[in-house]
Amino acid sequence: MTKFIKGNEAVVIGALYAGADVYFGYPITPASEIAHAAADWFPALGREFLQAECETASINMMFGAAAAGKLAITATSGPGMSLMQEGLSYMAGAELPGVIVNIMRAGPGLGNVYPEQADYNQAVKGGGHGNYQCVVLAPASIQEMCDFTQRAFALSCKYRTPAIVLSDGLLGQMMENLILPQSIMPRPDLQAWAVAGTAETRKNLVSSIFLNAPEQELHNQRLQAKYDSMRPDAAHETYLCEDAEVVLVCYGISSRIARTAAETLRSEGVKAGVFRPITLNPFPAEALCKTLVGRKALAVELSCGQFRDDLLMHLAKEGKRYQEVALVNHMGGIVMSVEEIVAAAKKLR
Amino acid sequence: MITKQTLGMYKVFTRGGDATRATHYCAGCGHGIINKLISEALAEMGLQDKAIMVGPVGCGVFGYYYWDCGNISAAHGRAHAVATGVNRVLHDSVVLSYQGDGDLGAIGFNNAFQAASRGEHFAAFFVNNATYGMTGGQMAPTTLLGMETLTSPLGRSAQHDGYPLHVCEVFNQLAGPVYIERVSVADSTRILKAKKAIRKAIEIQRDKKGYAFVEIIAPCPTNMAIDAIKSAEFCMTVMEKEFPLHCFRDKSAEALPREEAPTPPDINTFFAADQTLDVPAALTDDSFGEVRLKFSGFGGQGILSLGHLVADAARLERRFTSWFPTYGPEQRGGAAACSVVISGKPIGSPSVDTPDVLVCMNQPSYEKFVGSVVPGGTVIVDATVTRTIEPPAGVKLVVMPAIDLSTQLGMPKAANTLMLAALSKYGVSRLKRESLLTIMANNFRKKPAFAEKNLALFEAGEKSVANT
Repeated sequence: MTKFIKGNEAVVIGALYAGADVYFGYPITPASEIAHAAADWFPALGREFLQAECETASINMMFGAAAAGKLAITATSGPGMSLMQEGLSYMAGAELPGVIVNIMRAGPGLGNVYPEQADYNQAVKGGGHGNYQCVVLAPASIQEMCDFTQRAFALSCKYRTPAIVLSDGLLGQMMENLILPQSIMPRPDLQAWAVAGTAETRKNLVSSIFLNAPEQELHNQRLQAKYDSMRPDAAHETYLCEDAEVVLVCYGISSRIARTAAETLRSEGVKAGVFRPITLNPFPAEALCKTLVGRKALAVELSCGQFRDDLLMHLAKEGKRYQEVALVNHMGGIVMSVEEIVAAAKKLR
Repeated sequence: MITKQTLGMYKVFTRGGDATRATHYCAGCGHGIINKLISEALAEMGLQDKAIMVGPVGCGVFGYYYWDCGNISAAHGRAHAVATGVNRVLHDSVVLSYQGDGDLGAIGFNNAFQAASRGEHFAAFFVNNATYGMTGGQMAPTTLLGMETLTSPLGRSAQHDGYPLHVCEVFNQLAGPVYIERVSVADSTRILKAKKAIRKAIEIQRDKKGYAFVEIIAPCPTNMAIDAIKSAEFCMTVMEKEFPLHCFRDKSAEALPREEAPTPPDINTFFAADQTLDVPAALTDDSFGEVRLKFSGFGGQGILSLGHLVADAARLERRFTSWFPTYGPEQRGGAAACSVVISGKPIGSPSVDTPDVLVCMNQPSYEKFVGSVVPGGTVIVDATVTRTIEPPAGVKLVVMPAIDLSTQLGMPKAANTLMLAALSKYGVSRLKRESLLTIMANNFRKKPAFAEKNLALFEAGEKSVANT
């Protein structure tokens, strides 16, 4: 079955086919269509939808539903995402699954409602207090808005940590053809730790408190080992990289524009390719290092260089080497043009 | 010496790290009594398996050391939001929340207020001891006027710190709650009344009747720096003047139990039934290349739906296609525009900055976009637009009297259908006429009269193009 729908709506279809039990959310442009579609479709399919009083409430309702062993999703944009950091830290600390969709808009502060990718560090580096990580997936099409929402649920349950679908206003608002999933994903068994109001789960406790410092350290060490174990799920995609002299490194909507730029560059005699991380955490660092050997690199992003700086860190840490990574970017809600990427890539030769 | 095992509590408290039979509460504290009243009520009603307690941050944080039921530890102030999350997904459980005055009355007040207003299905126990106990005795929203605390060292001043917050009285303004009562655990008579109130709140959950709120006045001798007896006396003589013990509301007899939703349809059946066109996925066709279109005009002219129709028709022809609108305040401000890409391969950038085809229905958008059309491209502009700027060299200009003609034919809001006719007649979208008409018919499937009228308008538009 196919549908011509908005990215924001595709998220809800992904969530429903992932078996999501409940949607909690607070309206915010440019993410509101997710709440609209969820308000229509969740109750119609016997799932729960609730508009929360604020994003702090949304994420704590997520905490409650997840603690009860149910699959919960919420969606928001920058200002709301900032409010959710408290709950994300608690969910990570208590090892609860759940999916948070961030349809990024320009900031800081109120900013505006146009696409930016400036919540990169917030998503990838934890964002709230304490040593924790979320799984972060970066879709680049309407199909992936649906598919990655499903994958986010699977990874979130597998690693018992929140998963963020990091998207932006352009992907949220645009429409493309979506091929719907064929069936609902198998339900993970969460009863071993959930507090589900049953005799079997009566003994369970969901908490992020370790009053004793050595126990808290042990918990942290265990969390870090868990995050390290996520690496096999790192995913990426390359386009025209085999013989490339310049590699455009980018995620999400930027990678769509870079794709066109790589084709344009090739038509103008520059062998360009695209390296696109699909998971921003775990990051496909090994693949990035291999792809960039002997090639010029250009980061393409809708933020100040947060992503480029992270690439430098990954290259240094994984490749044990320093490599220049140039930057072409926009901030403030302006999407870079193909021509700007082409010009920046040509400068590297 | 333990004379009697407390019903509903673990026999030995191991969650704190040491195997102990003593609670962490100070001597004379009200929490221990309240913890016990709740656990006894759950045990007596046989609800421990079903019960889920959502705990606070504050002195009550370690309730899960003691309560032999499911336990969830919430963030500071968030127990009402967390309990909302639980009760919304577990309709057969008995959900309880337990919060102190700082947790519920200050940082979490809106979460509590809104949950109460929604009439969530859980019992909320609110312990009011007029101070922040766990953090060492700071001013709480319920601290009495004149009371000295670490953060009101000269005594709470109305002018500077405002007045004590009466949560029951505030919640009593809401339609949501089924039951609201303020009780005290300062002496044995009061404890018996508190026990009844706690039990009632839990019965309301057992019977699935809705939100129950019990405020419990409790002594805190440590932070009041007085002994247990004086602290209890303070509760009875001073606190009760500010916070009178009272049953504010009890609708438990007439409240109806929560209704369960009917069995939902199968998900595939549900999505197949919404009548958007189900067409096979796009096919790669290198010979097609790419057509990039921009549609622009005022909001209300049907610009976005015109672009949507064209993109949807491309889908019907198994092309890759994307539609991207202006959104946010720009759209509400009156200007509407959208980008449509039709391609023989997966689409890169969905944003059209340099269109092959520009469809323009108002002056500002013509002036804004006409210079961006690529050589060999086409501009289709409504005849009402004064063309102060000429299109770039090599760009074909089509002037379509869409607004005038649609008005003349009695369908002023359907000028976009005439622009579609021009787009079709000139073949610039490279889509078949029948594809466009199929989508148009499907869009009007619920209004057959409109479908016919728009088809007639489309045909009139085609004739108008043929005559120019």
